[in-house]
Amino acid sequence: MQNVIEIASVDFSYNRIPTLSGIDLSVEAGEFLGIVGPNAGGKSTLLKLILGQLQPHKGSIHVLGSEPCKMSRHVGYVPQYPSFPRDFPISVEQVVLLGRLGMKRQGNWLNRLWPGHVGQNDMAAVNKALQEVEAENIAYRQIGSLSGGQLQRVLLARALVAEPEILILDEPTANIDQRMESEIFDLLKVFNQRMTILVVSHDVAFISDYVSRVACLNRTMVCHRTDAVDGQVIQELYGEHVRMIAHSH
Amino acid sequence: MDFLSALSQHGFLQTAVIAALLSSIGCGVIGTYVVVKRIAYIAGGIAHSVLGGMGAAVYFGFDPLIGALPAAILAALLIGLIRLYWRAQEDTLISALWAIGMAVGVIFIAKTPGYQGDLMSYLFGNILLVPEQSLWFMAGLDLVLLLVVAAFHRQFLAVVFDEEFARLRGVPVTFFYLLLLVLVAVTVVLLIQVVGLILVLALLTLPAAVAGHYVNSLGRMMLIATLLGITVSISGIALSYEPDLPAGPTIILLAGAIYVCSAVFSRLSQKYRAKNTFPLPEDK
Repeated sequence: MQNVIEIASVDFSYNRIPTLSGIDLSVEAGEFLGIVGPNAGGKSTLLKLILGQLQPHKGSIHVLGSEPCKMSRHVGYVPQYPSFPRDFPISVEQVVLLGRLGMKRQGNWLNRLWPGHVGQNDMAAVNKALQEVEAENIAYRQIGSLSGGQLQRVLLARALVAEPEILILDEPTANIDQRMESEIFDLLKVFNQRMTILVVSHDVAFISDYVSRVACLNRTMVCHRTDAVDGQVIQELYGEHVRMIAHSH
Repeated sequence: MDFLSALSQHGFLQTAVIAALLSSIGCGVIGTYVVVKRIAYIAGGIAHSVLGGMGAAVYFGFDPLIGALPAAILAALLIGLIRLYWRAQEDTLISALWAIGMAVGVIFIAKTPGYQGDLMSYLFGNILLVPEQSLWFMAGLDLVLLLVVAAFHRQFLAVVFDEEFARLRGVPVTFFYLLLLVLVAVTVVLLIQVVGLILVLALLTLPAAVAGHYVNSLGRMMLIATLLGITVSISGIALSYEPDLPAGPTIILLAGAIYVCSAVFSRLSQKYRAKNTFPLPEDK
């Protein structure tokens, strides 16, 4: 199997406060990797490095065999908090359509010469993505009228519509209830059949039902293993006694 | 009726109405971006510092509009770069540019030999004195605005809606942000003719803000804001004609009144709806 993400001895610090040090991580194509760790453990920073929004101070990162910032178009990203105002006059369909930006312009001359042109293939991809996240019935709703769970599906559709090879999600279920959480992860399981998925979560026990491997991050990479995460790993990670609550689904 | 018969008789009124139509296109299309991106303060900085360019043009004996356009574009780029690279001091720096531009303009105008009554017409505009050849200039600016927006409307939408995501999708965010500010500058120059640079801000934001109360797409917001801009500016000219009021401030008062009514109405109807709907279970 080919590695889609290759991180070698990466250091990163904000204002000289080390956030990540000596990170090594390889992600194979088709993996479903969970990244867990305490708050301020560097999870979001690691994602930003993979997305090319930040540059490592030491070490190297390769995404799909190239520099991260060149490859961000082939990566779908679902942020923890939407980085737009909720009262913006825009429909769900238009939000998802924005995910098509940066795709190679194909088809007729109109499509290739006019950057603002919306082609039939763009609309078809939007409809397909909305269907896949089971949100086609809210396509014409204003973005501010959605519930937390609906908004999460829309953000997922916006990431999927560009047909990414890697899908990265930052705490996708932090703002929604438990039932929706498993619905979202059931969807991710389906998407995992055709793309690599990285998901950041603070909920170790919950995601271990879904992911194929867990990477535990607390400034350094504490562990990454395929077998189930047990109490001892959690203790290594959080450095104190944490009770594990068994989830059953 | 008096206004209508005067309109058919007097060429200057016809010119004023056409100028109102032309400026409304800019205020509707670009005003929409200003409102949703919340850059009214930046637009204000651009508008006011333009006086520097107009003053310099008058001093050296050119048409003030010739000075206004480059001054507006320069101010837009400066303010854009300040916002992008010097964020911590943004509001102070924009205020400084705002004041310096105006001060430069006032000094140039004071030092211009001859009659200086024009200062008021730069500050408050005079749509009844728009020269006919300015209409072509305004039409040209409109054409540029519409072509650029039509060509890149998806990129502009991405940048005003969600800069972070736009960057991830490979959209050159800095470029389009600066381009948007340049379009704002062009619109400011369009509107200076009609209401003057002090009141530009009102015409740039009020029609679009009213439209924003009722629609959920930028395209429709632009259309409604443009139609509203046309209605407000032509009715403003008509209302001011009989009692011989200055046209610019009349237009602004009309726009302001419509905005206040619309804001109150949409706020009340939101509350009414919230009171009359039961909290729905989260639907899929």
